[in-house]
Amino acid sequence: MLGKLTLNAIPFDQPIPLIAGGLVFLVLIAVIAWVVIRGHLPYLWHEWITSVDHKRIGVMYTLLGLVMLLRGFIDAIMIRSQQALAFHAPGYLPPEHYDQVFSAHGTIMIFFAAMPLMIGLMNFAVPLQLGVRDVAFPTFNSTSFWLTATGALLVNLSLVIGEFSRAMWLPYPPLSEYRYSPDVGVDYYLWALQIAGVGTLLTGINFVTTILKIRAPGMSYLRMPVFCWTALAANLLIIAAFPVLTATLAMLLLDRYLGFHFFTNSGGGNMMMFVNLIWAWGHPEVYILVLPAFGIFSEVIATFSGKPLFGYRSMVAATMGICLISFLVWLHHFFTMGAGGDVNAVFGIATAIIAVPTGVKIFNWMFTMYGGRIRFTTPMLWALGFTVTFVIGGMTGVLVSVPPADFMVHNSLFLVAHFHNVIIGGVLFGAFAGVTYWFPKAFGFRLHEGWGKAAFWLSLAGFYITFVPLYAVGLLGMTRRLQTYDVAEWRPWVLAAGVGILVLCGALACQIMQFIVSIRQRELLRDLTGDPWNGRSLEWSTASPPPAFNFAVLPNVEGEEPYWEIKRRAIETQQLTAEPDYKPIEMPRNSPTGFITAFFCTITGFALIWHIWWMVGLGLFGAYVVFVWFAWRDREEHVIPAEDVAEADRARRRVRAQWLAQNEREEWLAAHAEVSEPA
Amino acid sequence: MESSAADARDNIRSRCRLRTVSRVLVVLVPAAALGGCAGGVLQPKGPIGAANAKILLDAVGIMSVIVVPTIVGLVAIGWWFRASNTRARYQPRFVYSGRLEIIVWSIPLLVIMFLGGLTWIGSHELDPFVPIASNAKDPPLEVQVISLDWKWLFIYPQQRVASVNELVIPAGTPVHFFLTSASVMNQFFVPQLGSMIATMNGMQTQLHLQADRPGSYYGLSAQFSGDGFSGMHFTVRAVSQDDFEHWVAATQQSGGPVLDRNGYFDLLRESCDVKPFTYHSADPALFAAIVKRNLPPGPGPYVGRAGPGVRPIGCG
Repeated sequence: MLGKLTLNAIPFDQPIPLIAGGLVFLVLIAVIAWVVIRGHLPYLWHEWITSVDHKRIGVMYTLLGLVMLLRGFIDAIMIRSQQALAFHAPGYLPPEHYDQVFSAHGTIMIFFAAMPLMIGLMNFAVPLQLGVRDVAFPTFNSTSFWLTATGALLVNLSLVIGEFSRAMWLPYPPLSEYRYSPDVGVDYYLWALQIAGVGTLLTGINFVTTILKIRAPGMSYLRMPVFCWTALAANLLIIAAFPVLTATLAMLLLDRYLGFHFFTNSGGGNMMMFVNLIWAWGHPEVYILVLPAFGIFSEVIATFSGKPLFGYRSMVAATMGICLISFLVWLHHFFTMGAGGDVNAVFGIATAIIAVPTGVKIFNWMFTMYGGRIRFTTPMLWALGFTVTFVIGGMTGVLVSVPPADFMVHNSLFLVAHFHNVIIGGVLFGAFAGVTYWFPKAFGFRLHEGWGKAAFWLSLAGFYITFVPLYAVGLLGMTRRLQTYDVAEWRPWVLAAGVGILVLCGALACQIMQFIVSIRQRELLRDLTGDPWNGRSLEWSTASPPPAFNFAVLPNVEGEEPYWEIKRRAIETQQLTAEPDYKPIEMPRNSPTGFITAFFCTITGFALIWHIWWMVGLGLFGAYVVFVWFAWRDREEHVIPAEDVAEADRARRRVRAQWLAQNEREEWLAAHAEVSEPA
Repeated sequence: MESSAADARDNIRSRCRLRTVSRVLVVLVPAAALGGCAGGVLQPKGPIGAANAKILLDAVGIMSVIVVPTIVGLVAIGWWFRASNTRARYQPRFVYSGRLEIIVWSIPLLVIMFLGGLTWIGSHELDPFVPIASNAKDPPLEVQVISLDWKWLFIYPQQRVASVNELVIPAGTPVHFFLTSASVMNQFFVPQLGSMIATMNGMQTQLHLQADRPGSYYGLSAQFSGDGFSGMHFTVRAVSQDDFEHWVAATQQSGGPVLDRNGYFDLLRESCDVKPFTYHSADPALFAAIVKRNLPPGPGPYVGRAGPGVRPIGCG
């Protein structure tokens, strides 16, 4: 009746996961109870859960990413503390638990923290920057989000029911095959990723369509903000790479469930095929994460330097160059499998070539700052911290792309330090920069600068204190994923990294305080202008938070920096553009399709993991019925009357008129003019 | 006699050069602040390790030429053009410069071309399958390496002995390793001797290493292979040619177990933290049988039971 599921699945003998899982469960119940008792459920259902508004979905993605970041960080604390205690000692995590912790850390951080953060920020900002009302397929978008949430839920469910994979964040066979991992851990991993992966693929299709087909009038490709270009590149990569992941994991599932022999030790299977395929997805994935971050930094550095981005076309070319080359380098993840000199050299050089466009980007950011008037706000600090950190991470990256050097540090803590160097320094710093940059747009008030800056400096210091020792201990030959060790020379470095993670805990506390303090002091931090940073692209031209329809009238784009142009013209002529003729706006109706589909997918995934076949049938049937029901709908849109549009836009125009009145023409023009002589 | 003295001098010189470069690194990259460390990849004890380390340090040196000024430039420009600095010139129209574009594209390109040459040559010269050029009169020692759950088996086909979790080799003689895995993937890695290489079931990889002087070197697996992975380390004991022959003779005459098919099946089962031991006799055909999958792969943890909480047998 319940397949492999018995009471044994609940780890009564392992206090750590039980208590952790129990606590999470209690918090979840408490939150749901609070929502229901306070009567927030209808609001939550109508305004968020069933919302197809790209801004709401973006916020929910970002929130999911931040919560999962917390979970992944707890895993990181466990890894570092176990290693700190495990010199000539067993530590406090036995291997079968420790192996789950590091597998979960990698899986959660990449798939359920970094990806949702980046997709969330793209969701929020791309349609606004393009000057349009929503993405191409709004209900698709909601479905994408809820399928990603399903994956995250399944991964976390493994804390209390059964166990998570012990076969690393990329489940290399034959270790992940049924013979060597007969427990449900790998199945949790596989089904969580298959379901979330479908969601990500839908996101890719959605955003490529949006960027290619739906832009404000006049917004040609070479007038798109660089963030939109990087979003386009990342989503093209998603479309090309995620099917590879799905197919590879499907083959492993066939091996595990139906006795196929794609990657097994017997029957002619070949595990090297898995390693090649998974990295054919895995390397582009790195750029799916970091390209949008590059876009965020481009926006942030230009805005806070008070200058347009330097070398815009060069940046676009570099982005698309990286997009292409990222598919030609996957073999550098396994130089030590013995492919031979020619193959290793070709892939090593291809990898190093990626450093060229990346280097160009760094130089262009540098020249954007050159001649600027830099305001060191929190987002700008993240961006500056990124440039320096990423250059170091890039250097160690090129270093491990030289095969003979890689032969000495492959799979060592040097490698671990390298990819944390680029993923924390690149993706995570980018996410924090993006969150602090666009937060006032999403909620109408800024985040607290003091706590934000404290979080930045502690993150930067904590990052170096944690990972510089890992570089060093990697050069001393310490490999990754060790549960215990007995080499005395490694110990001081491992302890130093343990200190670093404590500093990072401080950074995390500041981040949480930043949100709490900002929400409590929101009236103080309120931004009524909709343009708190003196921005340059279209998202700052609308109100904060923007109305559901984003723009009362789609803006007419006449240059690379449309909003800057609008502001300059308003100052020069001392008047806003004439009030437009407001028309009713058609917007897509909210739909619970995504949520209900994801509900049935959760049931299907859980049932597949535990081999509860009747429940699999039920879940699939439910998901199909939802799809048919959605396809049969006859009312797709609702109309926002012209009066409502006019009212919202007039309020915005009043604020802009105030802004105009406060800025003297000559003064403003002088402040933004080229200074020919040093003042 | 003379040549060995010259060798020793060369060795010292190359070691000193490494030291100097790593001193420079101390300034450039805090990560390399390894002072008098023992046992790392920057303290190689053999020709392969030394060549790899040299390439590693050369690559860092080449890249530092561009990376260090870039970091300094970023910080300096970021600070100088702060809004509160009234002496900095505001130039909002400085958004494109063809000359700068050419420079920013060509500098990284030139560095990468240079590094690409290093990569091409290094990848071929230091391919693990390529034998070590040696003027030693002794032919290379052959060792067959098999990774099991969770220990290392070393078979000496010419000497017909075998050992577990301890590898004894003659110093100054190249060692030709043939490697495979009895179950899951591992990586054979002796940091101070040089390159690591994967071991995979049904496949054979090769590796050439050499220890220049007698000594004890730490070896381990660099590829996570399951719950007993942390215990998969071994000691490489490089001894003089005479001592090696003594060790072989003593092992052959010892009363240790025999490594035949039955002995192999005993070893195949999962076990953790295995203390080193030797086999006084070993079947040299075993290795080929494993590579060709004529022998079954490791059984894994408890076949047939598939509930949650599967734990390896024979480990804590």
